[in-house]
Amino acid sequence: MGPDKPTYKKIIRLAPKLIIVIALLLLINFTMMESVVIGTLEKGLVFSLLALGIFISFRILDIPDLSVDGTFTLGVAVSVMNAFNGSPIKGIILAVVAGAVAGCVTGILITKLNVQPILAGIITMTALYSINLTIMERPNISLYRKDTIYTMAKDIFGEDYYKLVVSAIVLLIASLLLFMFLKTQAGMSLRATGDNEYMVRASSINSDRMKILGFAIANALVSLSGAMYTQYSSAGDSNSGTGMLVVGLASIIIGEIFFTKHTILFGILSAITGAIAYRYILAFAMNLGMDSNYTKLFSAVIVAVAIALPAIKQLIGRTAKRFSKENR
Amino acid sequence: MLKLENVSITFNKGTVNEKKALDNVSLTVEDGDFITVIGSNGAGKSTLMNAVSGTYEIDKGKIFLDDKNITRLKEYQRARFIGRLFQDPLRGTAPNMTIEENLGLAYSRGKRRSLNIGIKRKDLNLFREKLSELGLGLEDRMKTPVGLLSGGQRQALTLLMATIVTPKLLLLDEHTAALDPKTAAKVMEITEKIVKENNITTLMITHNVSNALAYGNRTIVLSQGRLAFALEGEQRKNMTVEGLMKLYSDNAGDAFTDKMLLD
Repeated sequence: MGPDKPTYKKIIRLAPKLIIVIALLLLINFTMMESVVIGTLEKGLVFSLLALGIFISFRILDIPDLSVDGTFTLGVAVSVMNAFNGSPIKGIILAVVAGAVAGCVTGILITKLNVQPILAGIITMTALYSINLTIMERPNISLYRKDTIYTMAKDIFGEDYYKLVVSAIVLLIASLLLFMFLKTQAGMSLRATGDNEYMVRASSINSDRMKILGFAIANALVSLSGAMYTQYSSAGDSNSGTGMLVVGLASIIIGEIFFTKHTILFGILSAITGAIAYRYILAFAMNLGMDSNYTKLFSAVIVAVAIALPAIKQLIGRTAKRFSKENR
Repeated sequence: MLKLENVSITFNKGTVNEKKALDNVSLTVEDGDFITVIGSNGAGKSTLMNAVSGTYEIDKGKIFLDDKNITRLKEYQRARFIGRLFQDPLRGTAPNMTIEENLGLAYSRGKRRSLNIGIKRKDLNLFREKLSELGLGLEDRMKTPVGLLSGGQRQALTLLMATIVTPKLLLLDEHTAALDPKTAAKVMEITEKIVKENNITTLMITHNVSNALAYGNRTIVLSQGRLAFALEGEQRKNMTVEGLMKLYSDNAGDAFTDKMLLD
């Protein structure tokens, strides 16, 4: 029995997760049409970029970044305008740069100007609202019959899977670059900054610069997500960023159900898995007849419940204890 | 060589809580000196360390390290040549990163953090060798997150991190005070070994009077933000704990706190 015991225990421990995964897959298989299954996966891949960005600010730097709603729309605005004017690839690249710049602004507000992190995010987000409208010139733009990076790839990857392949390639490149960066000296310094700032400064690392860098990368990813999404859906809306922070947080929290190890690799995998799982849960809920107006309420409830769970558990535990005492 | 010239720090200036934490302190630490610092609570020991490391900006005076004026350098800039240990063992290491990642960060002290790979293969051998010198078995746990280590292990690791690139100056702020007596003795032993082997100029705050006499070559006593007196040479060699206590109450105006006596 001896050496087998750990494996056996591991399976027992993983069982609830396996059941969740299998149940989800069965639900997907039996209730959704194939086009919905694939469409949901495509969206999941695009929104994985958003989750990765929020993973950097919330999990690695451990600072809440509320500018996300603004930078997502910034990506949408830059991308949709360039695609509308015939250069979709340029739109994606510029969106990444613009997101990074916006992230730097939040970072500088927090570090150099001593603005509270939450307020700094709100300031950037609010400023971006005007900037985004200025870039887009009107509240929404359709890319109907315009070239996007998706339509450009249609001939290469075929009619059925081109959207899936393009999204997957971009996500793969982004997450690989992110993984490699986090293993460099600069990346390790960034991780340490969120982990223990005292130690970082005592190790001759400029923690302010690391935070600004972190916010730049985080918002570049969020903006990339917006840029991809607008070309994916062939439409750009100046309100598309609303609630994206909570959506990203919900994705991360869901992902952490599946991956409990706190390494960089698992963190990235967890954000991606969570973003995809979130889309399937949403698609399933809408399949059951949930009004699409409720999607944001839905993600808000997921985040609130997940964060409140430890407190709820404690409350239940305390009540149970009291009852068992009274019974005696 | 570290030189402090008339360094003063006042907290809460202009309020009722105004407190002169350092009052015109001048001090010269020669290369290779191992100075122990004692004094009662609030005497300015930690403030002295924080002034040297750059955590606090000083109000008046100048600080030189090897004839270079570092008074205006920021904390992280001074950290290129100053290694530091805190009383709290949790402060010196990043808990969610592995032992080798923590050492990798420390090993690039003073260099620009580039896009080069964080931990090179050839560095790993050096890390393993240095860890085995600590005698705590950490060399077999290089991929363990530091958060899983005990306080003593973390403090020993911090000591290694602070000295893996030999600093010009090592600041130890009661780095064994939060550890149990046995672990504290072990960490002190490692400290002395590393300091001696690399001939590192060291300032060590301690609450433990016998430690203050047993280690190092000079002892300075702070009281109310001033240097009360210093002990060195023959006088220090022949000094007993009781003798130092008496000297202190004669010279420093306030008595040793109970905490110091108990230690």
